[in-house]
Amino acid sequence: MGKPGAGTIMLNGLWRENPIFRQILGICSALAVTNLLVNTVTLCAGMVAVTALSSGTVSLLRNVTPRRVRMMVQVLIIASYVILVDLVLKAYLPEISKALGPYVGLIITNCIIMGRAEAFAGSNRVLPSMLDGLASGLGYSLVLVCVAVVRELLGFGTIWNVALMPEDFTRWTLMVMAPGAFFMLGIFIWIARGLFPSKAEATGS
Amino acid sequence: MEPGPIAIFFAAIFTSNILLVNFLGMCSFLSISRELKASVGLGLAVTFVLTTTSLIAYLLNQYVLVPLEMEHLRYIVFIVVIAAFVQLVEIVIERISPVLYVNLGIFLPLITVNCAILGSLLFLVIREYDLWQSLAFGAGSGLGWMLAIVALAGIRQRMKYSKVPAALEGPGIALIITGLMSLAFVGFSGMIPIQ
Repeated sequence: MGKPGAGTIMLNGLWRENPIFRQILGICSALAVTNLLVNTVTLCAGMVAVTALSSGTVSLLRNVTPRRVRMMVQVLIIASYVILVDLVLKAYLPEISKALGPYVGLIITNCIIMGRAEAFAGSNRVLPSMLDGLASGLGYSLVLVCVAVVRELLGFGTIWNVALMPEDFTRWTLMVMAPGAFFMLGIFIWIARGLFPSKAEATGS
Repeated sequence: MEPGPIAIFFAAIFTSNILLVNFLGMCSFLSISRELKASVGLGLAVTFVLTTTSLIAYLLNQYVLVPLEMEHLRYIVFIVVIAAFVQLVEIVIERISPVLYVNLGIFLPLITVNCAILGSLLFLVIREYDLWQSLAFGAGSGLGWMLAIVALAGIRQRMKYSKVPAALEGPGIALIITGLMSLAFVGFSGMIPIQ
């Protein structure tokens, strides 16, 4: 088996192994911030940056990290990048940073990052690892943005804070509350898996 | 007016349930909730870790991080505290109940990255709770998370016998059920408001 090429890595992250549809990882923040597209995109940008950079760093350090403490090391690497993202957001986008509340910090506990570090970066070179992290982050963002568009449009009648719905549109307040998020994600997964069943699911994993 | 510790305790369980309203701790929630027994065990472990770490996080934040003006290191400090406690719980469970230990498998160490815990600790700081409020919020959040996972496990055990569309099976249907549960919990929300 050869090393996967750049195209394959991207496709895997974006679609074939899409973190949300296929592996159901990291959906906490997927649900919490998707009621407004602006917040979602900001968090996703931070998320993509952290995933790519920490995958790269984990890969860089893979030969000098003792196996026993690798989880600790990974968490610390991820946490450092998240602190960076948090400080940048606080400095340049203070309002959004406030609206996101603890969810920026929670990028640390997003299992996608740890998952990619464990599954890919631990045994691959730096550049493919960064690409893999980037692709996973983007695949994750793709779903989040879709969910956010639907929730914001139905819940507030706006997209990116621009009113799109007619004046007399009745807002589906439920969509911007917690249950709406669960329903939307459930339905998204339903559609994605219905349209593109994968082999792993056919065997019931 | 600031709500007292008792109000916060109950609010954390019902009206702003950490899982059903703030979406925290979903990964293990969806994977462990197939088995009632394991979900009770995990729920207890999470509650314990959450209660103890919220106390320590409060003290560290109040008496170390703020005086030294090192708030930006909060994430690292908190995650290390959590990791240490999870390790402790792991050792204890392995001794007391090897069966449960095997059942929980990878999800026990993964409590470290269970965002319900880090999330609650960050909420404590953002909402500027005092010592008792922090403890009440930590314990309440843990119990609320346990309530949600045990309820979902109960429902899913019965669902074994029902026909679910193939593409919706597993996480899909679990999310829809969680949505319905969340709907029920949102019904409590007028009773004790916390942010």
